[in-house]
Amino acid sequence: MTRRKPYVRSMDRWWLRNSFFTRYMIREATSVFLGLYTIVLLIGLVALSLGEASYERWLATMAHPAFIGFHIVVLAAACYHTYTWFGVSPKAMPSVRIGNAPLTPALIIRGQYLALAIITLVVLVAVASGET
Amino acid sequence: MHKRSNEPVFWSLFGAGGVVAALLMPALVFVTGIAGPLGLLGDGALSYERVLGFVGSVFGKLFLILVISLTFWHACHRIYHSSHDLGIRVRRGRLALLFYGFAAFGTVLTVIVVAGIG
Repeated sequence: MTRRKPYVRSMDRWWLRNSFFTRYMIREATSVFLGLYTIVLLIGLVALSLGEASYERWLATMAHPAFIGFHIVVLAAACYHTYTWFGVSPKAMPSVRIGNAPLTPALIIRGQYLALAIITLVVLVAVASGET
Repeated sequence: MHKRSNEPVFWSLFGAGGVVAALLMPALVFVTGIAGPLGLLGDGALSYERVLGFVGSVFGKLFLILVISLTFWHACHRIYHSSHDLGIRVRRGRLALLFYGFAAFGTVLTVIVVAGIG
């Protein structure tokens, strides 16, 4: 039996202690929403594989205000994930030189946003242009 | 003998999923979750025939399998490591099995479902 009572700092809501911790936990939490969205998307594909009636039921469910609200939250989480991911990737990638000039973090980040803009535009145009 | 870590494998999948999600998810979520169901992209943008045609193509199949499975690996890796930060007291091995098992299951299910369409 020991009578020592060592001090153990509480972990209770530590992520609210300062804004750096809070932003860290929000960044980590984006993965929960990305995962949930992917599950919903996979359910849609299962519905598609089962035929037209079940697919239409899935699509109608997606138009329900609760699911629209869910997807608005997911969209916000996805954008925050993109913002944080682009921000750390200059630190995660090896240093690159173009000719003699180093590829600076600012250039890497701008390049990624350019890629995001192109990809987003291509997806939107491809989906919206169909007449079938 | 030093035991080799399996972390690089999972981190690579996490990283690949992070890149794919960062570049594609904003557009994809907007299309399949907001604009598509609300009909903002024109009538029939997400019609059965059209989506079936996309998933039936080789490009569509590869696209969906990569996006869905890599996002699963990304999310599961991140949630697994964050669960430690939340002070969840479950044996790490069991949590790893749960999360990476889910990602593996999701990958197999996606391949089976997508391959069987069209």
